[in-house]
Amino acid sequence: MRDIVQLVIRRLLLGLLTVLAVSLVIFGAVSMLPGDAAQEILGQAATPESLAALRLQLGLDQPAWLRYLHWLGGMVQGDFGTSIANGQQVSSLIGERLANTLFLAGLAAIIAVPVALVLGILAALYRNTLFDRAISALTLTAISFPEFFVAYILILFLSVNLGIFPSISNISPGTEFWERVYRSLLPAAALSLAVIAHIMRMTRAALVNLLGLPYIEMARLKGATPRRAVVVHALPNAVAPIVTVVALNLAYLITGVVIVETVFVYPGIGKLLVDSVSKRDLPVVQAVCLVTSLAYILLNLLADVVAIISDPRLMHPR
Amino acid sequence: MSRTLRLLRTMPPSALVGATVIVLYVLVAVFAPVIAPYPEREVVGAQYLEWSSEFPLGTDSLGRDMLSRLIYGARNTIAIAFLATTLAFVLGAVLGLLAAVLRGWVDQVLSRIVDVVMAIPGLIFILLLLSVFGTSITTLVLIIAILDSTRVFRLTRAVAFGIVALDYVEAARVRGEGILWVMRREILPNAMPPLVAEYGMRFCFVFLTIAALSFLGLGIQPPAADWGSMVRENATLITFGDITPLLPAAAIAALTVAVNFVVDWMLHLSSGLKE
Repeated sequence: MRDIVQLVIRRLLLGLLTVLAVSLVIFGAVSMLPGDAAQEILGQAATPESLAALRLQLGLDQPAWLRYLHWLGGMVQGDFGTSIANGQQVSSLIGERLANTLFLAGLAAIIAVPVALVLGILAALYRNTLFDRAISALTLTAISFPEFFVAYILILFLSVNLGIFPSISNISPGTEFWERVYRSLLPAAALSLAVIAHIMRMTRAALVNLLGLPYIEMARLKGATPRRAVVVHALPNAVAPIVTVVALNLAYLITGVVIVETVFVYPGIGKLLVDSVSKRDLPVVQAVCLVTSLAYILLNLLADVVAIISDPRLMHPR
Repeated sequence: MSRTLRLLRTMPPSALVGATVIVLYVLVAVFAPVIAPYPEREVVGAQYLEWSSEFPLGTDSLGRDMLSRLIYGARNTIAIAFLATTLAFVLGAVLGLLAAVLRGWVDQVLSRIVDVVMAIPGLIFILLLLSVFGTSITTLVLIIAILDSTRVFRLTRAVAFGIVALDYVEAARVRGEGILWVMRREILPNAMPPLVAEYGMRFCFVFLTIAALSFLGLGIQPPAADWGSMVRENATLITFGDITPLLPAAAIAALTVAVNFVVDWMLHLSSGLKE
């Protein structure tokens, strides 16, 4: 037990280090901007005086490392600066949209993870049958589709032809919970498809890998049914790879939302990011990038820790 | 030649279909000016015309022929994805081999840089860099190639690490061969099978990324015909139940499915067809 605690602490510290490095990379990338932010805001027609004044106001006259520390310090306290495009606080721009995005990603995960696990276990159970082959071809196809293709197909059938769901996810803070679920269901379905395919394929692969091992053969010889051999004997040992791929796919949801939110005009951070990139609103882009990286790193960390707890062999890498 | 034929005969149906589709796409891309009924960028009719004998797939939001743009789109979209993937491969493979051969601080520095870059969600990092450097084809290709090379680096390094430890590499070194020679003649040929399969997968990934960026209006810029932007430009038609805007998306999907089928078969081959 003490080993695990120690290991978790070590991983957490490593994660913190990664976050720091990532923030440095993000800040560095933005500092490579040809020209500078002041020029960007005021445009070509700006007078040298107004440029100098704005530079002073934005702190651009300070050296880069000082600006970095300042920016990082602000981030830690929840101050993400102000948007170039409309002068609003970035934190207030992001806050509500982040909640919307997490809601959408959560809904997609609630749909995707159980479906994928059940399909994966079934495919491993009935491996090399027609069912397995069909599922395998279907999931490979699903992985290959661009998200906007899936999204528009869903819109075409379910909202234009059948009129069951709205084609635009109109969500405001006042929207009731079930109404919110209903309006987010189509984007969530579009997001789930690729995630289901990935998790299902990994689940099947992890289980099939184990099925060749002697202890499974032993269980079968002892008289355990194929179902019992897969679910009771193989599954516990497949938890580590499955958890890893589930976490990776939840992390994927964070980037997947960018496209899906744009298609459904869903008010989340993905849509905000796209709008800000076309306006070159760097403070917003920077902040969204950092927030999503944070979520990404956290999920990977979580997967690591759960995998190690579920399979103590991983604690002592060969 | 006979070896290729024998290989073709052992292909499962899915891989055969995939290979055929890929060849078809390449032919369309190469002979686009011959096949397309109208030029890529010319306004030839009214906006959003329906399918007719004059315009087989109708016209787009500006009145350009949809079919011609679809055909030219193959050219632009595939060529750019191909360029970016190849660049990513050259960069990633060379650095990966270097890391495996030199080890020590070179390996440490490269690996840590790759770790950090990979800790940032890909599409979002690309969007950040695009907003800094602007959206031109050159920056697009460079950004995607550099970010994607991290994955090639990891794979090449892992594969090459196993090979470097083998006796024949040691023998070549003892013989006094230079690092470049060892990398090119001893390690690379033996690392090829997984790398080729990876090339297919990375191509799909890059292709889908560029399509996604173009769809967002941040990738390949108009007036060049490109499948991602064509979906975006004509998306309003979908709300009227018209499937025309879905055709470029279907074209993207069909190519990635085809490549994936072929890659799947290659992975089976290199893993010795187990299970």
